Amino acid sequence: MQTERGRIIVQLIPQFVRLSKRGMAGWTVLIGSVIVVAVVGMTLLAPWIAPHNPIAINVGPIMAAPSSEFPLGTNHLGQDMLSRVIWGGSMVLQVALISVAMCVAVGVPIGLLASYAGGNTDKGTSLVMDSIYAFPGLVLAIAIAAMLGRGVLNMSLAIAVVYVPSYYRIVRSQVLTIKELSYVEAARALGAKSRSIILRYVMPNVVPSVVSVATINFADAILTAAGLTFVGLGLSVAVPDWGWDLTYGRQLLPAGAWWVIAFPGLMIVLLALGFTLIGEGLSELWSPRLEQ
Amino acid sequence: MSLRSYVIARVLLTIPMLLLLLTLVFLITRVLPGDPVLLHFEKQAKPEAVEEFRQRLGLDKSLPEQYVDYLTGVLRGDLGKSMQDFSPVAQQIFSAFPATLELAIFGMIIAVVLGIFLGVRSSRSYNTGEDHVIRTFGIATYAIPVFFLGMVLQLVFSIQLHWFPSGGRIYPGSEPLGLNLGGFHLATGLYTVDSLLEGNLSKFVQALRYLFLPSFALGLVLCGIFIRLTRTSMLETLRLDFVTAARARGLKERTVVYTYALRNAFLPILTMMGLQFAALLAGAILTETTFSWPGLGRYLVDRIAFRDYTAIQGAVVFFGLLVALVSLMVDILYAYLDPRIRL
Repeated sequence: MQTERGRIIVQLIPQFVRLSKRGMAGWTVLIGSVIVVAVVGMTLLAPWIAPHNPIAINVGPIMAAPSSEFPLGTNHLGQDMLSRVIWGGSMVLQVALISVAMCVAVGVPIGLLASYAGGNTDKGTSLVMDSIYAFPGLVLAIAIAAMLGRGVLNMSLAIAVVYVPSYYRIVRSQVLTIKELSYVEAARALGAKSRSIILRYVMPNVVPSVVSVATINFADAILTAAGLTFVGLGLSVAVPDWGWDLTYGRQLLPAGAWWVIAFPGLMIVLLALGFTLIGEGLSELWSPRLEQ
Repeated sequence: MSLRSYVIARVLLTIPMLLLLLTLVFLITRVLPGDPVLLHFEKQAKPEAVEEFRQRLGLDKSLPEQYVDYLTGVLRGDLGKSMQDFSPVAQQIFSAFPATLELAIFGMIIAVVLGIFLGVRSSRSYNTGEDHVIRTFGIATYAIPVFFLGMVLQLVFSIQLHWFPSGGRIYPGSEPLGLNLGGFHLATGLYTVDSLLEGNLSKFVQALRYLFLPSFALGLVLCGIFIRLTRTSMLETLRLDFVTAARARGLKERTVVYTYALRNAFLPILTMMGLQFAALLAGAILTETTFSWPGLGRYLVDRIAFRDYTAIQGAVVFFGLLVALVSLMVDILYAYLDPRIRL
């Protein structure tokens, strides 16, 4: 089975083509991808499809329930909720994308190098990573975001620090198995340098796990970003954002204005669900253990 | 390895982890760009006032000195002084903690009970419609922000239906007193326990009504992982010979499933409860804000609004220590229950 996995990269593309023929897991990935593509598409097309300016106030009446003119209602500033929902994903998506990129860029190389090197390097790195991993993620992100201040990059960094250990751990566990395999040993015996062994033999094997961790990480980053906004560490109020709409909407709840929280909240759920479905499906497709 | 040497080894391993954790928090709050004192004043104070402020908090010393102060402080249970009113942060945290603990305990109970129940159902109807619905529900719980779910529950069950109060811990003024016997006083800070100690049933019911929505929101968001764990574990166990044997002896299906097979899932569930403790605390922070629950999460969020960086640091350290302690306890309990771990 393990030698099979060496060729898994080549197998990736046909797997995506025939997803609907791969049972429940394939459908899960397919549905998740459709959701994510739809939400990302909506966000990218926002300037053209949003009926109103999302930050213009008094576009309509104050706190109006959904109607034909304002399908998702208006908030306490008379802003059009439909336009805010259409625009509201841009910041969250940027933060999630940047933080996942940071995590992969830091976690994967550290995992590869430290666990390939073994010995004290591995022990030391693992201890640091385990300490971060054990820390309640949101609390750590709150501490970092509070110190760094507002900004897309700062928020992404706060989230990235929390998730680096997840990549480190998955890469490490794979490398520990792979580096004992006979074809890696053979390459070493033939005089291949450590660098080329890591890049050519080890790295391709960890790609599937990294991809499925990254999709789950996307979902987590979206939820953490919304959580940070909710505790008061969000980005500028001037930018339409689902997290902010939820945070402000909380004060409008006693008045029964359900539409102010319902739609932004559902968008967060939908986007996070899309990524979760992809991640769940992929790890099932790629994990032989669950095929039984 | 005997249990005793396992415990010693595990405790010794915790020490460098704690030290790293404390150092990490110190690095974040003192070394990362952004001077907490200047951030607190938002650059709107006279330099002399800022200097005096620094001195009162001990932030005028060199970084290594501050680091030593900080570590020895934590050892003594001192988490520094609040930037807001110079009162000890540790004291504020300890008074807010029981509320969080109560919410966390009930949230965990709901998550585990719901997770086991749905997980068992899902495994018994393997690959049928019911199984797919339960699994999809489990995955969906990962994607719901707990504060959004909390607001939806609030909207439906308290604002629309008036079944439950929308926030707070108890009707103001009716906080339970705990046990008072002559000069002896015992109060846990957990309102459900204290009201029983006081012997006041109406307060107990009231405390439960306030507790229900927030802990249900928290439990619902966390139950997904327990559904999956129970399902996987049951699917493996239900195939084993002893289950077939139990059925062959004519035992009721309910007995076979809940008494025989579920017992095997007990250890993984216990471990998962420990692992989920960090997620539980994170969820509690957000849930408390939604329901105006006066616990640690709310304390942290209030302090963020006041830019009280010493208090934020104290709360973060407390959360970290708590999680480390719980995972240590779970590991030891696990080793006690399952001798294979100690090998």
